[in-house]
Amino acid sequence: MIGAAWNLLLGFAWVVLTGDFSGRNLLAGLLFGYLVLALIQPQVPALTGYAQRLPRLIGFVGFFLKELVMANLKVAFDIITPPWYMTPGVIAMPLQARSEFEIAFVANLISLTPGTLSLDVSDDRRVLYIHAMFLDDERELRRNLAEMERRALTLFH
Amino acid sequence: MNEIVKEGLILVGALFMLLAALGVVRLPDLLTRMHATTKAATFGVTLIMLAVALHFAQVAVVARAFGVILFIMMTAPVAAHVIGRAGYFVGTRLWERTLKDELRPHYDPLTHELKSGRECERNARYGAEEDAER
Repeated sequence: MIGAAWNLLLGFAWVVLTGDFSGRNLLAGLLFGYLVLALIQPQVPALTGYAQRLPRLIGFVGFFLKELVMANLKVAFDIITPPWYMTPGVIAMPLQARSEFEIAFVANLISLTPGTLSLDVSDDRRVLYIHAMFLDDERELRRNLAEMERRALTLFH
Repeated sequence: MNEIVKEGLILVGALFMLLAALGVVRLPDLLTRMHATTKAATFGVTLIMLAVALHFAQVAVVARAFGVILFIMMTAPVAAHVIGRAGYFVGTRLWERTLKDELRPHYDPLTHELKSGRECERNARYGAEEDAER
């Protein structure tokens, strides 16, 4: 978080100092800011891991957009064709995420991707109950969910 | 070229909004309907906002378009979760072809407690083995 704030600040400083208020220049400023932070990272404990986390974040956004498009096509197909291909059900998914923010983030992602909707978290926060639209291959679905959670959690650690 | 991309984005976006509306009418129970409204509507708004950003191509408009996308993506799933959860616990019936329901046995309607089924040692270990098998 500190790293992202510094990166933004450096980007704006670059824009102000060069006096060119265009989007492209801001992008250049952010890039230079990122490079500087990556260089000084070993000296500053607060920044540890920032340079590694940013590419992971971008990779994750790409992965997430792909999942979003696939989910939409699948649900859309089932809505417009008369016979129902779906096999809905409620499953319990064990959670690796521990803090409230992590759980909220993972639950939101699950609600947005492949035919799954997060229903509730158990009181002891170990299990997330999910309503899934396509349960015909439950093993595969669980593997996908675990994979997504693992990827999401690497953004925080 | 740019025109075609923009028109395509708006058309597909509007189509997904229409699908969301159709889904609400056609799908059999509350939870499956919530699926349609969150995903298709979010996707539709995203596409239309991308077209807006492309059309105006100014920093202020692009920033706002991405702000809209970000906030829709943050709020739509929360709304769906809250509506779906409330509907489920009030006791709306699930579709008769629903395969299974792992929540019902863990929920106590009197105390509103929701157990995870992994409270005691044995259950936790059993759960871990089950996960390992998967």
